[in-house]
Amino acid sequence: MTAHPPLNSLQPRPIAERTRPKLVVVGNGMAGVRTLEELLKLAPDKYDITVFGSEPHPNYNRILLSPVLAGEMTLKEIILNDVDWYENHDIKLNTSSRITRIDRVLRQVFSADGRVEKYDRLLLATGSTPFILPIPGHDLPGVLSYRDIADTDAMIEAASRYHHAVVIGGGLLGLEAANGLRQRGMTVTVVHVMPWLMERQLDRPAAELLKKSLEDRGLQFKLGCETSELMRGEDGRVCALRFKDGSTLATELVVMSVGIRPNTALAESAGLFCHRGIVVNDTLQTFDPRIYAVGECVSHRGIAYGLVAPLFEQAKVAANHLAEYGIACYKGSVTSTKLKVTGIDLFSAGQFMGADDSEDIVLSDPAAGVYKKLVLKDDQLVGAVLYGDTADSAWYMQLLKDAQKVTELRPHLLFGQHHLGDSGHKGETQASSLPDHAEICGCNGVCKGTIIKTIKERGLFTLEEVRQHTKASSSCGSCTGLVEQLLASTVGGAYQPADGLHKALCPCTDHTHEEVRKAIREEHLLTIPQIMTFLVWKTPNGCATCRPALNYYLISSWPHEARDDPQSRFINERAHANIQKDGSFSVVPRLWGGLATPAELRAIADAAEKYAVPTLKITGGQRIDLLGVKKKDLPRMWADLAKSGLVSGHAYGKSLRTVKTCVGSEHCRFGTQRSMALGVRLEKMLFGMWTPHKVKLAVSGCPRNCAESGIKDVGIIGVDSGYEIYVAGNGGIKTVVAQFLCKVASDDEVLEVVGAFLQLYREQARYLDRTVHWVERAGLDFVKQQVVEDLEQRQTLYERLLFALQGTEDPWTEIAANPSHLQEFEVMSL
Amino acid sequence: MAQWKRICTLDEIPRLGARVVERGAPPNIALFRTADDQVFALLDQCPHKQGPLSQGLVTDTHVTCPLHGWRISLVDGQAQGADAGCAATVPVQLEDGWISLESSHESH
Ligand SMILES: Cc1cc2nc3c(=O)[nH]c(=O)nc-3n(C[C@H](O)[C@H](O)[C@H](O)COP(=O)(O)OP(=O)(O)OC[C@H]3O[C@@H](n4cnc5c(N)ncnc54)[C@H](O)[C@@H]3O)c2cc1C
Ligand code: SF4
Ligand code: FES
Repeated sequence: MTAHPPLNSLQPRPIAERTRPKLVVVGNGMAGVRTLEELLKLAPDKYDITVFGSEPHPNYNRILLSPVLAGEMTLKEIILNDVDWYENHDIKLNTSSRITRIDRVLRQVFSADGRVEKYDRLLLATGSTPFILPIPGHDLPGVLSYRDIADTDAMIEAASRYHHAVVIGGGLLGLEAANGLRQRGMTVTVVHVMPWLMERQLDRPAAELLKKSLEDRGLQFKLGCETSELMRGEDGRVCALRFKDGSTLATELVVMSVGIRPNTALAESAGLFCHRGIVVNDTLQTFDPRIYAVGECVSHRGIAYGLVAPLFEQAKVAANHLAEYGIACYKGSVTSTKLKVTGIDLFSAGQFMGADDSEDIVLSDPAAGVYKKLVLKDDQLVGAVLYGDTADSAWYMQLLKDAQKVTELRPHLLFGQHHLGDSGHKGETQASSLPDHAEICGCNGVCKGTIIKTIKERGLFTLEEVRQHTKASSSCGSCTGLVEQLLASTVGGAYQPADGLHKALCPCTDHTHEEVRKAIREEHLLTIPQIMTFLVWKTPNGCATCRPALNYYLISSWPHEARDDPQSRFINERAHANIQKDGSFSVVPRLWGGLATPAELRAIADAAEKYAVPTLKITGGQRIDLLGVKKKDLPRMWADLAKSGLVSGHAYGKSLRTVKTCVGSEHCRFGTQRSMALGVRLEKMLFGMWTPHKVKLAVSGCPRNCAESGIKDVGIIGVDSGYEIYVAGNGGIKTVVAQFLCKVASDDEVLEVVGAFLQLYREQARYLDRTVHWVERAGLDFVKQQVVEDLEQRQTLYERLLFALQGTEDPWTEIAANPSHLQEFEVMSL
Repeated sequence: MAQWKRICTLDEIPRLGARVVERGAPPNIALFRTADDQVFALLDQCPHKQGPLSQGLVTDTHVTCPLHGWRISLVDGQAQGADAGCAATVPVQLEDGWISLESSHESH
């Protein structure tokens, strides 16, 4: 014995270590570890965590076993959490350690390799086990199932020694296995008991197309065949299948893939209530309150899920309760399926078969290998099968999950969200047909190969993650559809588009845009700190996503009361000019309705010379852009322009941009209305209006529509008897034709309807929604009801807009004349 | 030894805002003030494509670059999240409400 105890034992142990409750996780797979990741985000130090996994590996991406089998990836690439991850988070990991018994009284688990661990909370995530047909010969050497790395290794090994394989089961996994073995050079026959493939995900026509393209890749099929026996060869291995009708099929390898069963053996032996899975409530708690369960082993409201996306949703909820936040609730998931066979595009979701009380919309073009079926019920999309062209699967999934009414969309529903074509990638809508070097994201120059590689290597599952890691789709967003397709075809059904209706404003909060707005209105909140305190923001002063949104919500909800916060605006709105890539700015004076006087043109020319402006450009909005101005010159340039009456064009803002006009009946021989005069009136009325996103108007004097009213947020077309008003068009990244709102007789009515429409948009759209996005969600019928049919409501909206715009000043003149505003533009020196 | 030179007072930078300080030659220096009145200085150059960080949005102890939205730590200049890169930090002092930078810093 030493005289003195070692120094460090004199140090008091941290309190956390002494009192931390113990969390034990059984099952080191995708659902269990995901729950831990979610838990660590919420409460990193709450538990002393121990994980048991019967496989010898750290957590890996099981769904990528298929590309591994097909030789497209290596095992190393599919590890999701390496051993260091467990260590860094202070999690004790026991691999190759199967838990065989739970003592719920002593609260201990026992493993086959002799370990005993106490728990305060237990999380069961034991996954599922492949179902093995109980036929003679099922346990012969050479008969495999397809579930984990060991199975995959065994198949790869067999493929190097044998030539003929049979896969029993023509479902998702069976086909992926068959494809993989074929890629490794074996001849493969798929034996399926049902009359067509993937009958749980596909209807017959889609399955026929799938079968044909798999046959083209060299797979063979025996459908409607029931296997009755596996026969033993001389070497003791399996040598053939015998079918019910007595016929036989020779083989050297059999992969059984006929379904999975929730792995409940352990839970059942501990007396936990199981019924086709470990039964849990909406908080993922089992009948023993100390024990939670997630993943494929679980039965929630009678459903056991077999895809990753629902498990991830469960993981989030379970983590929330383990962290003792106690506010999350799992209500079940709508799932979708994608087959991960490179080059085959297939998607299915919901009630795809249709029933007596539903209707089908079908497009079938077998020669082109395209089949699409949408199932509608009560004006909602309830199911979809897509084959050959899955460009719009994310959109359909969204419609399905949101249970959105599709009445208005119906005429073009089948052609998808993208049928009008996004600019920027040559109208290409089928990611799978593109070569690896094809550029997907034109803004950030990211090609297909890079995106797929990053998704696989980094283990990404969401669009947000792909944006962070590759930058693809993070700028203009026009390639979002393509990126979603790549994600979906790489991780299969594991990809789920975000829930559009209940999307949190940003990672700083769990509240939606709508909830935040409601709080601002009902609680009369007037500053950003008040909002953040009231709604318990998670970050001290927000992020670059929420601050500008909150600022907008405040000034639009409480005009003349809430004070604008310049530090929460993007630089363009703070500097009232557009920042360019070299840090210089561009200045666009307003030319009302695109009209200019000689004096105004002279003032622009003079300013351009005085401040050595390198580029002058006539814009698409009928104005002149002075590009390359130094920030410190801005106020003086504005003061010079103001002398000739020129004011800010707000070309930099989420605000009224331009009102484009044609010459109209003032000069044009076709003109029926004075489009210039009306355009100028509208622009003067709306001057200085802040909106969720930019707003562009146009007025044409007759249906020849020279001002392009059909692609504006608000487009007006003069006709003999008055004006037609169109709304929610868009000429930007995505061309969308404006929709007819109503017809009115006089200029005054145009002002009122347009004012009411824009006020409704200001009050209801989410920050950064263009009018087209908002109307798509709110529905044109609702908009019509508010601003066309309900005259009283129209009037109130219009008045609220006029009130908000009362006394609007030109920001340029204001800044130039007010020394306290100049600080933003002044440069100091060392 | 470093020579400290007074540049401005704390009040001359808005909370959650920034100011630009020109040196003899580019790049400039960006001075940031946080919500709790800490002051940081970085070279006014984003590690991504040299965007002017001084023009970004300041949150907590980070600035979001105005050009493509990289988030840069004011404390050590490191890009956050999945982005990799580092903006140069510049020594800065806050004393009696005065902000000072080292004047011997290159130039002159
Ligand atoms: C080849 C293949 C392809 C797939 N493709 C897709 C796809 O494209 N899209 C999709 O969404 N889903 C796909 N899936 C399904 C997906 O992988 C599963 O839904 C998911 O992995 C289930 O997660 P889990 O954590 O519940 O179970 P698992 O990931 O199976 O994890 C359970 C773990 O617990 C261990 N375990 C079990 N009992 C014990 C015990 N008593 N003690 C200790 N450890 C134990 C198991 O060994 C296993 O490692 C695929 C599955 C396979 C096999
Ligand atoms: S839209 Fe009609 S009125 Fe206007 S310029 Fe064209 S033809 Fe003339
Ligand atoms: S230059 Fe800063 S993010 Fe691109």
